[in-house]
Amino acid sequence: VTARRVARGSAAGRWVLYGALLLAVAFFVMPVYMMVVTALKEPMAIDLATAWDPPRVWNWSSFLEAWTAFLPKLKNSFVLTISAAAASAMLGSLNGYVFAKWPFPGSRVVFAFILFGMFIPYQSILIPLFGFIRSIGLYGSIWGLVVVHTVYGLPITTLIFRNYYVDIPDSLIEAAALDGAGFFAIYRRVVFPLSLPAFVVVIIWQFTQIWNEFLFAVTLSNPDSQPITVALAQLAGGEAVRWNLPMAGALLAALPTLLVYILFGRYFVRGLLAGSVKG
Amino acid sequence: MSWRKQGSQVTSVLVVLPSILLIGIFVYAFIGRTILSSLTDWGRDPSQALAVSPILRFVGLDNYHQLFTGLIDGRFRQDLVSTVFFTAFFLAGCLGLGLLLAILVDQKPRGEAVWRAVFLFPFALSFVVTGTIWRWLLQPSGGLNRLPTVVGLPPGTFEWLTSRTQVWRFGWSALPMALLGLLGLALSAVAIRAWRSGRRSRGLLAAAGGLLAISVAALGGRSLAPLPFPETHGFNLAFVGIVVAAVWQMAGYTMALYLAGLSGISEELREAATVEGASGFQLYTRVILPLMAPITLSAMIILGHISLKIFDLVFAMAGPDNAYTDVPALLMYITTFRGNQFSKGAAIGTILLVLVALIVVPYLRTQLRREGDR
Repeated sequence: VTARRVARGSAAGRWVLYGALLLAVAFFVMPVYMMVVTALKEPMAIDLATAWDPPRVWNWSSFLEAWTAFLPKLKNSFVLTISAAAASAMLGSLNGYVFAKWPFPGSRVVFAFILFGMFIPYQSILIPLFGFIRSIGLYGSIWGLVVVHTVYGLPITTLIFRNYYVDIPDSLIEAAALDGAGFFAIYRRVVFPLSLPAFVVVIIWQFTQIWNEFLFAVTLSNPDSQPITVALAQLAGGEAVRWNLPMAGALLAALPTLLVYILFGRYFVRGLLAGSVKG
Repeated sequence: MSWRKQGSQVTSVLVVLPSILLIGIFVYAFIGRTILSSLTDWGRDPSQALAVSPILRFVGLDNYHQLFTGLIDGRFRQDLVSTVFFTAFFLAGCLGLGLLLAILVDQKPRGEAVWRAVFLFPFALSFVVTGTIWRWLLQPSGGLNRLPTVVGLPPGTFEWLTSRTQVWRFGWSALPMALLGLLGLALSAVAIRAWRSGRRSRGLLAAAGGLLAISVAALGGRSLAPLPFPETHGFNLAFVGIVVAAVWQMAGYTMALYLAGLSGISEELREAATVEGASGFQLYTRVILPLMAPITLSAMIILGHISLKIFDLVFAMAGPDNAYTDVPALLMYITTFRGNQFSKGAAIGTILLVLVALIVVPYLRTQLRREGDR
């Protein structure tokens, strides 16, 4: 393992390597630079011809304005994201426990049927979903979106927990069973206490996905229950936009998931890899 | 596994039952209802469209017939073509850039984790955020087009999102013939491979199918034309900017997939190849890239199905109702929730589902089978 840390290639090759890396970084950071610079300019100072110039005067009031406009939407997004992430993680954990350790006849087929739900284009269920949410009186309520994200989060949370629990040695569970523990006692005493890393992966993944989601949000919410993505799309979608405000808003909308990414990057990547099914 | 005898399987079924019911309703029953709706005239009569319990007539496959051959639904056909082009460029961009980044990071530069984190961060953003920023970057007389002026060059003139130019145009009516021809060629290739590997009967079957497809295309292809009027489609250049933004967001994700694979290639194998005289370049082209083929396939499937579903990025970059940058996923939304054409929206949703299922179902089957083997 330590051998992998050793640098590869010749000195000239290293220069090419760092040159290429810097070029790539420029491509990835350029939009962020543009976002921050534009958000910090005074509306009158924003001009297409000087778009790349840094602001002459740093003007923070766009952030204040975006913050005031977006505060209720940010609250909606937090309520939605935290509730749905927690609910889908809890259900996913129990499902994963069953599929990994207590298979029943046909459980592999059932698992595949649940998994397929994470790949469908949601346009193929949107019309009945809209009717259903309206008929149970949750249209325009943040709780309608909570239900929707909990349900459509089940495939990925079940998958991640199942793959995690498969690696818990059967001997641990057998030992608990010999002590007389049943299905739920084993979960509570053995499996759940070992689950913290899987919960972190799942909750981070769900947090990011739900926070960033747009199709359900734009279909099922009204102005009072709008999550941040819908508010941002509306703010930026107007015709004669002053770009300082959308850029400040974009930064606010991006900040929570970016912070999660920076703080928990390792777990974020594990969720990402689990999403490609292999786990 | 003796513990399983003590607890009954009833408990485990009961625990997953709520999830099975939820997925059963929200995925499978809803898909069923969408398909049923797509076979009705829901939305054609405006007075019935928004009724609580609308009176619906069964019209069979008429909505699909309209979408593929109807006079007013040319936009859907252009959207299908756009999605195919978008997917091709998006895949090429993500795989190419993603692999390049993975190889760069795999050289173990100083601060490896930081480089990797910078390349991956756009994946943590919402497509709406990405779309908002890139919409500003792609303003015709600003942003990217001004970038050359920083080093003293004249500004770019490409009209990113507002371009009305269409290239690689072809007639929609030529499509059945072209598809049949392609099918024939593909089957011929299968036949040759099967014959070479000694599976004679399969080879003969594929050869017969290929011959049939090619002869149908050659003899009757022209009369298969679905449209009585000429209609051309092509690649809208307004999509170029959307492809750039999409690659910006997803290339790091592709890199992460490749890096996971590269970390599985042992140092011994690398050293062995180097000892055998492989240069650094050959190490990648001869040894490592062939080992990455399964990851490329997985990435193509995951990115491909994301591409077919792309909605929010286009919405945020070009608006929801822009015919030059439209995709089926957006058209479904507009048709249904702005136009109240519910049955037609349901038909578009169903077509999307079929396209995605064609990609994903074989993939899921092989993945789960491999899981079962270990």
